[in-house]
Amino acid sequence: MAGSGWTDPRPLSPHLQVWRFHMTMLASIIHRATGVAMYFGAFLITAWIVALASGPEAYAIADVIINHFLAQLVLFAWAVAVMFHLANGIRYLFWDGPKIGFDPNIASLISIVNFGFSVVAAGAIYAYAVIAT
Amino acid sequence: MTRKSTPMGSVRGLGSAQAGTEHFIHQRVSAIALAVLVPWFIFSVIHATKAGYASALDWAAKPWNAILLILLFSAALYHMRLGLQTVIEDYIGKSGTRQALLILNTFAVFALMAAALLSVLKIWIGSGV
Repeated sequence: MAGSGWTDPRPLSPHLQVWRFHMTMLASIIHRATGVAMYFGAFLITAWIVALASGPEAYAIADVIINHFLAQLVLFAWAVAVMFHLANGIRYLFWDGPKIGFDPNIASLISIVNFGFSVVAAGAIYAYAVIAT
Repeated sequence: MTRKSTPMGSVRGLGSAQAGTEHFIHQRVSAIALAVLVPWFIFSVIHATKAGYASALDWAAKPWNAILLILLFSAALYHMRLGLQTVIEDYIGKSGTRQALLILNTFAVFALMAAALLSVLKIWIGSGV
């Protein structure tokens, strides 16, 4: 990226502005964005297991935080991110391993399916959690 | 290891670091593990937290759950370290900032790893099962 102090002299791959928008591109961007988001989510999951190990008082505090409305929103967003990264990641495994799904129309279709799946699956998980508890 | 660049190219830091393939494979192997472990965790943790602290502790203390939690945290933290490393290398071109962020990435992941694994072990050992 010019102007941002890029000191590596090796050539860069073509950047965003030279690409025509397409679904697999959007899926790729969101795959990366959800990955980075879950990186920060991992701090929260770790905090939860540490609270569990620390005893009932710490767990009670964690429980109050988790049940706050904003935390529930974050939790739902986390579930959407996990479900998208999971579904889209499995698609990448099919690309990289048996090389299935490279046809442009199929690849676009699977991208759209993954978007839909992530929201529906997260909703299903949330509904299941409400019913189960 | 065979170098595909000329000696001068290597000295100047041009050409690849020759470590990409290993990174690529490790990212995917940890992904395969997570494709199994993450659905288990979500399903399992919903039931584990049904009845508050006591039920969550019981769940985490069971040896099989403790083993799967250790595998989950190890695979997830390794996978996210590799992933964020790629993001940093793609977007941060200034070498000092890049090195600092790469080191921070490593430290953050190891800190989380130590905290998570110690917690799982503490719960399991504390339960006496």
